[in-house]
Amino acid sequence: MNTSLKPLDAQASRVQGSSVRVGDRIFRGMTRGAGIFVLILMASIGAFLVWKAIPAFQNNTGNFFTTQEWFPDSDPPVFGIAALAFGTAISSLMAMLIAVPIAIGTALFIAFYANRRVSTSLGFLIDVLAAVPSIIYGLWGLQVLMTHMDGITKWLNDYLGFIPLFRNELGIYTKSIFIASVVLAIMILPTISALSREVFLQVPRAHREAALALGATRWETIRMAVIPFGKPGVISATMLGLGRALGETIAVALILSAAFEINWHITEPSGNTFAANIALKWNEAGPIGLSALIASGLILFIITLVVNMVARSIIAKHKEFSGANG
Amino acid sequence: MKIARSAKVAALAATGALALAACSSGDSGGSESPAAAGSIGGIDCATGSIKASGSSAQKNAMTEWINAYQTACEGATIEYSPSGSSAGRADFINNQIAFAGSDAAMDSDELKQAAARCNAAPPINVPMVGGAIALTYNLEGVDNLVLTPDVTAKIFNSEITNWNDPAIAEINSGVTLPDAPIAQFHRSDGSGTTDNFTQWLQAAAGDDWPYEAGSDWTAKGGQGSKGSDGVAASVKSTPNSIGYVELSFVETQGLKAASVDNGGGPVAPTADTATAGLAKAKLTPNADAGPGDMTMEMDYTLADSTAYPVLLLTYEIMCQSGNDATTLPLTKSFLSYAASADAQGILTEIGYVPLPAELDTQVAETVAAIS
Repeated sequence: MNTSLKPLDAQASRVQGSSVRVGDRIFRGMTRGAGIFVLILMASIGAFLVWKAIPAFQNNTGNFFTTQEWFPDSDPPVFGIAALAFGTAISSLMAMLIAVPIAIGTALFIAFYANRRVSTSLGFLIDVLAAVPSIIYGLWGLQVLMTHMDGITKWLNDYLGFIPLFRNELGIYTKSIFIASVVLAIMILPTISALSREVFLQVPRAHREAALALGATRWETIRMAVIPFGKPGVISATMLGLGRALGETIAVALILSAAFEINWHITEPSGNTFAANIALKWNEAGPIGLSALIASGLILFIITLVVNMVARSIIAKHKEFSGANG
Repeated sequence: MKIARSAKVAALAATGALALAACSSGDSGGSESPAAAGSIGGIDCATGSIKASGSSAQKNAMTEWINAYQTACEGATIEYSPSGSSAGRADFINNQIAFAGSDAAMDSDELKQAAARCNAAPPINVPMVGGAIALTYNLEGVDNLVLTPDVTAKIFNSEITNWNDPAIAEINSGVTLPDAPIAQFHRSDGSGTTDNFTQWLQAAAGDDWPYEAGSDWTAKGGQGSKGSDGVAASVKSTPNSIGYVELSFVETQGLKAASVDNGGGPVAPTADTATAGLAKAKLTPNADAGPGDMTMEMDYTLADSTAYPVLLLTYEIMCQSGNDATTLPLTKSFLSYAASADAQGILTEIGYVPLPAELDTQVAETVAAIS
């Protein structure tokens, strides 16, 4: 950052004198301050979570990582995040599996296939999806989607029931992780789609025209010129979507059955996530209960950090396509 | 509306002025000096502004009472935030509110902690809002289902999983029960309703309910829904389901409620049978509370064909003595109104259960004695 700024800096001062230099300094100070502020903010959030979580760790008589129960206010307190971690991971993963292909598909369609009128209105509609409050998604999922999901979940059980994931041994198909995943998929779709679309539109015209000139079909052009160029951007879009899925609270809290067990049968009523559990238990939690909820929040905080760091490192690996060579 | 708002603004301005003038710290909300203007339910009005928080189960009752009080008494502002019982008790201990609403009475530890804010005098628990917990079900063609504590416990414990189970048929002779799996709903959020429901199961069902009672659902199986409205909506939209909600939700959502047979014959949940049930509760004052404490012990095992046993009793927690001089008049006047026949009478209309007359008289006396 600094190294790339300096030559510009020097050049500007040579050309226009010292007044610009002062402006540059102030601006640099401001941006640096903003950057440092964010770091301090993150650090203090982390410190707060650790500080408030200590009583929970001290009093817990279960194993914080493996216990599938949540009784922090009973005597002695027993609680663990195993079921929460499982529910959060599998619901987000399922949501990604559903949303990412559709999002990239719509982004490519809008960028390269649709005519101008269709692409503007479709793009607008997808952006609007992102503006719908999550409680609306939750209520819709609970009252509309859930009543129409019996067909597909029964089909999954009947024909793919040999896979434990899709087996339903209860004959009850409501309030499941599967339904929550579908709602989450719809919620993260606009984020991934809108960002991917912007990235695909950045692909230099020269790249595409070169591919076409070599006799590539439209699909081959997308595969060879567009997707490699857009890959890091699509990965960051996906990670933003994943972040939203991991942290989604109220929609999931309304839909899931909030059970503290690891149940691989994702079409049965079950499941709970970090964020949903905090929302559901906060009001009536006692002192240790609050601390335990904050401890679970700390874990979610760490998971989100790790996910983003991994995403960054993936993007860094693909830097050669980042547009500098466009 | 406009009048109420300008009154609120005036009260806020007064609060601000007081705070500026006195620089008082740890105040529970300032107040003007009481100047009685008008009365409500036979109680003289007081002015000023107070804050309270706690039990969400009391929310509708409080909203109703506060509206009535503020309409009758100009210059009074009362705010009740339904943040949950535990949060309310914590706010009370930290001297942020004038009184707390709570689904459970404060225990000895909390009473000792709270004494500091009441000028070293321990506070008291006073029952104020009663409620009945109904077992609501969705079974086509079945209109008067009867359930015993044992069978209810086994249903919610996933031991009985089909409606045609002989145990259910035995207590419902003459009723055709479907051959369908039971979809049972409980609260997924922490709640005083769950606490009282599981206390009833624990007391009345014996070994059939092996779990501890508490505000978090502890049994395995079944489905959780958020809030009583969530449980009611789930039961309404799911055929062959059962759940537990406060009585008001049965009425407003047009649901069916089972009669409960605690051993003395089936009793349907109504305001009358629930009040009769509340009358069987025993007064068990906590020795660590202030004089006049009215901690109650419910009789969940009562076997009486006229008294409904699955009940909810919520308290107001207040300082017996050592109230802040600025908040005392309005706190006392408002809570006296809440205990009045007028205010208790409103409860029936909005799905709550009025306190039995004898208990209510005692509540009114206790509130009138705070200083």
